[in-house]
Amino acid sequence: MTEAMGSVETTISLNGAQVTGHAPADTTLLRWLREQAHAYEVKEGCNEGTCGTCTVLVDGRATTGCTTLAVQVAGGEVETSVSLSDGDELSPLQTRFWEAGAAQCGFCTQGMLMSAVELLRSGDEVTPTTVREHLHGNLCRCTGYQAIVDAVVRAAEEGATR
Amino acid sequence: MTDTVRDHVRRPTRVVNTSVLRNDAREKLLGRTRYAGDLDVAGQLHARLVRSPVPSARIVAKDASAALAIPGVVAVLFGEDVPNNEIPTNTAGIKGRPLPPSWVLATDRVRYHGEPVALVVAANLRALAAGEAAVEVEYDLLPVVSDPERALEPDGPEVHEGGNLLSQWEIDRGDVDAAFADADVVVEGRYEAQVVDHAYLEPETGVGWLDDEGVINIRVSTQEIEHYRRIAHVVGLTDSKVRVQAPYLGGGFGGKEDMTVEPYIALAVQRTGRPVKMTWTRQESLTARAKRHPVRMSYRTAATADGRLLAHDIEVVSDAGAYPLLSGFVLLYITLNAAGPYRCDNVRVRSRAAYTNNTPGSAFRGFGGMQPVLGYEAQIDKVADATGRDRVEVRKRNAFTAGDRIPAGQRIDTAVWLPQCIDAVLERIGPRPEPSSPDHRVGLGLACNVQPYGRVAWMNDSASAWVGCERNGDVVVRCGVPDVGGGQVSSLAQIAAEVLHVPMDKVTVHFGDSARTPLAGRTTATRQLYMSGNAVLAAARVLRARLVEGVARGSGHAESALTLAEGGVITPDGVVPLAEVVMMCLANGVAINAMETYFAPTGPPVAQRIDAERIVPDFTFGAHAAYVEVDTRTGAVRPLRYVAAHDVGRAINPASVRGQIEGAVVQGLGYALSERIVYDEGVNLTGAFYQYAVPTAADCPEIEVVVLESGEGVGPFNARGIGEPPIGPCAATIASAIEDAVGVRPTTLPMLAERVRACIDERAQS
Ligand code: FES
Ligand code: FES
Repeated sequence: MTEAMGSVETTISLNGAQVTGHAPADTTLLRWLREQAHAYEVKEGCNEGTCGTCTVLVDGRATTGCTTLAVQVAGGEVETSVSLSDGDELSPLQTRFWEAGAAQCGFCTQGMLMSAVELLRSGDEVTPTTVREHLHGNLCRCTGYQAIVDAVVRAAEEGATR
Repeated sequence: MTDTVRDHVRRPTRVVNTSVLRNDAREKLLGRTRYAGDLDVAGQLHARLVRSPVPSARIVAKDASAALAIPGVVAVLFGEDVPNNEIPTNTAGIKGRPLPPSWVLATDRVRYHGEPVALVVAANLRALAAGEAAVEVEYDLLPVVSDPERALEPDGPEVHEGGNLLSQWEIDRGDVDAAFADADVVVEGRYEAQVVDHAYLEPETGVGWLDDEGVINIRVSTQEIEHYRRIAHVVGLTDSKVRVQAPYLGGGFGGKEDMTVEPYIALAVQRTGRPVKMTWTRQESLTARAKRHPVRMSYRTAATADGRLLAHDIEVVSDAGAYPLLSGFVLLYITLNAAGPYRCDNVRVRSRAAYTNNTPGSAFRGFGGMQPVLGYEAQIDKVADATGRDRVEVRKRNAFTAGDRIPAGQRIDTAVWLPQCIDAVLERIGPRPEPSSPDHRVGLGLACNVQPYGRVAWMNDSASAWVGCERNGDVVVRCGVPDVGGGQVSSLAQIAAEVLHVPMDKVTVHFGDSARTPLAGRTTATRQLYMSGNAVLAAARVLRARLVEGVARGSGHAESALTLAEGGVITPDGVVPLAEVVMMCLANGVAINAMETYFAPTGPPVAQRIDAERIVPDFTFGAHAAYVEVDTRTGAVRPLRYVAAHDVGRAINPASVRGQIEGAVVQGLGYALSERIVYDEGVNLTGAFYQYAVPTAADCPEIEVVVLESGEGVGPFNARGIGEPPIGPCAATIASAIEDAVGVRPTTLPMLAERVRACIDERAQS
């Protein structure tokens, strides 16, 4: 199966830069980002669409990279969490996460941030309840979510979109 | 959301006891942290286990030839290929009876679903998957025992030769039978808790390579770098030929206390001479990784008419699964904590752990301190109800105070702020919310707990730390702690910054490396801040004295005329900046570093019938309160608001303490309401993450934390451990809230809607 599958050239705009990779057509976006683009900030927690650690924005929509094939995204725009900060400077949302203690082990954090960014950009009302609903696909086993909810609400109050 | 109550007179601190922002969290937010799975080494191979698809069988044939014929498959190892296939077990079993070993790879017998049977090494993940599928193993099925009580029957199918009783403990304090005979009220209950998974979001992973000295290096997600010794044993090398590094973990919760991928990586590196990476899938982690022990507990409790506890008679059966791992110690903790944070002079406990063909049980946050909370908190409520007393009053009148002895004999040396914790949560929980419909009921629950911190006395636990200055006056800490995500490293930096009067950003901590950081022991048992914190505190104090000595020698002033303060050493002639202090030390033969080892109090191993002066270092106490809403039509339970209070002695970092408590509460809510691993005759049916209901943000209530500081604990700056304690009371809190809402208390976890509904129906019929 390995060889028969062959390798497909895929180009994706990753955080604004065009990246071209060669991988079999059944390669997930998650694998592709880590192996072809060395985007190690995208994490694999389950590889079945349950945990949300692999969440990235695909053309602006929060998407689990493990349930998406890289070829489906060819020519599209992918944003990962490293696009949020400005060099060493945390983005406003990241700053709120930091201050609230919303990252403990940090393994859920990259996906959590991207789901939160989707909400912040949506223009929808941001309340503790809507944040909890919007983030329900991103599991966190360390924080108990309270700090994350507090951080997103604070960021929204400041009009943050990243 | 945090209310820190400060009631203790003490010296003010500058860095310790403040919510400093964790540097590691900043790097994590920037997406820069390289977890164990985020490092690829040039030329690496990949490894994967072939696991048993059945829970109990004899292996009759094994054949790797088809797998080895696949292009890209480099090696296949069976148990016979492992230099030392036996992993020594040191859990507390039955005195005088040797424990069966665990196997790196099962050779002729498998005892649980998912047990490793072969190791496949390949050049890429596709060849690896094909190779795994092509390894042929033929099994001859054997009888399965999946129920611990069945396993303990004389004719129960033997999991290991010599019977299925792994471990048993007893407590016999006072005269239990006489106390029951004299009692005004006697209440009984049976309680049952399920198997749960740690579900840390980072699955088990690591990468290994051979270095220029012939040392096998393994960079792995582990709570214990000291496993290097066990790994060396497995591959037949001397201890110093294996090095383990633990980068920041993506969670552990006890599940990375036993070895996971390490021995397999070492074997594959040894066999191939190449770097090797191994990552377990979520699905294999769920299927085969050690879990929390399920228990069945029966309680009889005697009390006086005014609600004073007279006696407990407690029986516990725990399912250890197929191999010993840490089951004997977990059962010890269940036994020690069976009567809870309440004074009781007559206590009988009989606890047993049995082998079955289920997934092995081992460490999980709470470690045996957790399961009995469901029992003892229900019993104290029953005593209150039977005597017509208030549940709060009964708790307060029975609560331990400093100087009391736990039923196992040890005296409690530090303050017990249980009443303060209860008052705090009841004050903060606020008014009862209105039910959302006429079919809903709202209830208020309360539960308390006690949890030891630090390891048992006969482990002779110690932790070492090195603290030194750079020439520019920066501070470096070297300490072999694994940081599981709770801010272990950051807290050490805080302690060094406090003692040496430098800002946090001048402190760098090198951690988690068995070859290059002083060994500090595992990050488990709520011991890391207590042990390593004390070690760093001691080393920093020695260094502080050395810095002053160096200036004294260099300046001619008496040491008593000098103090280390912010900016450097203050002398009668002015301040000497730290960089100059360092040079003065070096010019005068004074070391600019110090290494110290902290030793926990020790004691002899307890007897099977436990009665000992020293078992654990100290205890942490807490109380939780919650409102839940129950849908009486479906039995569905929704937590509405949650408040948790613990006396942490003194919070090194109050924000981190709050984070530990909030996270533990949600993990405890999962235990209470939704999480379970389901077996069918030893076959683990919960092999996908979507089947395992970890609470989501939408499932969770608002949580408020109250951090109480009695100023009494045995950690640095009188801190108590807080990593494990706050998971304990959650299930009992929810059970008590459900009872308040609908008048009937579930006794089996998790309290799924259908179970709660069944309780409601039963009550309606009776
Ligand atoms: S790894 Fe994609 S959802 Fe878990
Ligand atoms: S911070 Fe560890 S899983 Fe969220």
